[in-house]
Amino acid sequence: MNTGWEAVIGLEIHVQLATQSKIFSAAANRFGAPPNSLACPVDLGLPGVLPVLNEAAVRMAVKFGLAIGAEVCEHSSFDRKNYFYPDLPKGYQISQLAAPIVGPGVLEVPLDDGAAIEVRIVRAHLEEDAGKSIHDAYAGQTGVDLNRAGTPLLEVVSAPDLRTPEQASACFRQLHSLVRYLGICDGDLSQGSMRCDANVSVRPQGREALGERTEIKNINSFRFVEKAIRFEIDRQIERLEAGLAVVRETRLYDAAKDETRPMRGKEFSDDYRYFPDPDLLPVVIDEAFIEAVRTELPELPGARRRRFQEELGLSEYDASWLTRNPDTADFFESAARTDGSNAKQVANWVMGELTARLNREDLTIDSTPVTAEALGQLVARIEDETLSSKTAKTVFEALWNGEGEVDAIIDARGLSQMQDAGELTDLIDGIVAKHPQQAEQFRAGRDKLLGFFVGQVMKATGGKANPRRVNELLREALGKSG
Amino acid sequence: MDADEIDIDHLARLAALRLDGDERSGVERDLQRIIALVDEMQAVDTEGVDPLAHPLDATQRLRADEATELIDRERYQAGAPEARDGLYLVPSVLSDP
Repeated sequence: MNTGWEAVIGLEIHVQLATQSKIFSAAANRFGAPPNSLACPVDLGLPGVLPVLNEAAVRMAVKFGLAIGAEVCEHSSFDRKNYFYPDLPKGYQISQLAAPIVGPGVLEVPLDDGAAIEVRIVRAHLEEDAGKSIHDAYAGQTGVDLNRAGTPLLEVVSAPDLRTPEQASACFRQLHSLVRYLGICDGDLSQGSMRCDANVSVRPQGREALGERTEIKNINSFRFVEKAIRFEIDRQIERLEAGLAVVRETRLYDAAKDETRPMRGKEFSDDYRYFPDPDLLPVVIDEAFIEAVRTELPELPGARRRRFQEELGLSEYDASWLTRNPDTADFFESAARTDGSNAKQVANWVMGELTARLNREDLTIDSTPVTAEALGQLVARIEDETLSSKTAKTVFEALWNGEGEVDAIIDARGLSQMQDAGELTDLIDGIVAKHPQQAEQFRAGRDKLLGFFVGQVMKATGGKANPRRVNELLREALGKSG
Repeated sequence: MDADEIDIDHLARLAALRLDGDERSGVERDLQRIIALVDEMQAVDTEGVDPLAHPLDATQRLRADEATELIDRERYQAGAPEARDGLYLVPSVLSDP
């Protein structure tokens, strides 16, 4: 980034809540159904309908508030945000402006370098999602699908506490992790389950006053958040250094061109004329409700990360990586707790072989054919030296292909390392005797030739000998005078 | 806000209303009277009175999270000016830049 400038970034993140039904109607809340097959008269904004608030949406918002240590507001209310767009049939979005359900809190965001920053959350409020417009399918017309209309959203608003694109992306990622832990959102970015708006401005290093900001709307991936903000920071600095002003406007990120562009003015107006929604009464949540939700809180990512470091001896990086997704953390923990297993080894397998394989086959960890228990047993067999790292990979492959349990695979394929020292010693003596020239050179100081002998032994045993023991026995055998 | 500061064209644009000459002046007059009434109410001393989110002295009842609504798409779309492939069709929202 250009020196002499500092960026100031705040995020607004829309989280689709994983309720069964919509926020104000009893239509199903689900992705991917045929167009308008989930849009009931309330979602369509037909005259004479009344919104009725979904208890689960309130519960999930409260859960989020408790998880970030925020004040959960016992009194909150709904307002109408007025604008015209075909995918918003009522002409207004029901939202919370004056009295949001969640007040100020703090999100702890771990960074890639192992440090962590605290990002203040200003508020989080409930609102309804709009439908979807399809612009390019019909000549001269726009198609409207209102299945998404009325999907409950929790809009989380951060303070402008972020200073770099990487921090912003890490903040989005941490929020993603948190809502998945809480079970209040499926976290599927490709389906729009979480969308991020970023407010970006720049100022000369060391200056207090904020520069004019722009808003980048609707970014739907961690990587794009980083790229869109980086582009926008550079664009603003370039303008200011050229003596031009930054214009306050809303922009969209074009991933294909890796740039942001202003939204066309007519699509958007920032004069929403909010007023209290007379269709909805004030929402009052009592202490008992809040306390009941508190008992449902799971162990949160930060606590779990620290526990993995302290109890299981993982590095900050590994603990952070493994706790990002609750399913991964559960998998890792149950594999690491298998008898005879080893947490660090399991971490390597999960982060390496297993993840690579899952990615290659486009699977997620909750659909892995290798169970946590099986991976734990596999690591236990490496620990007790039944398997070498090479034969362990063969067993992993067999597990992946559903060939049964770890010990059964080892037996069936005869993969157990040669444990009998006598047998191995005989074999090694034979090999040394067969290559007197190389043995002579080794004794004369050509250390490299040990690798040659190791290779010969491995070949003779089909890779089943323990490499460490082979090394020991070879040095012993070669040490003897020829 | 002062009653004579009303930007009637801006408000009409936000409300997506096209007001012709007579309507325009009629609406403007009405709005001026409404603003005057609001000004009068704002003069009342409300020190120590809690803001009221709703005139009814009641609180929101919450609905159990169950998807019980049956969707009769054909029937709902029968009332729309145009629908195709399950989508409602409206005049193009995006005009060429």
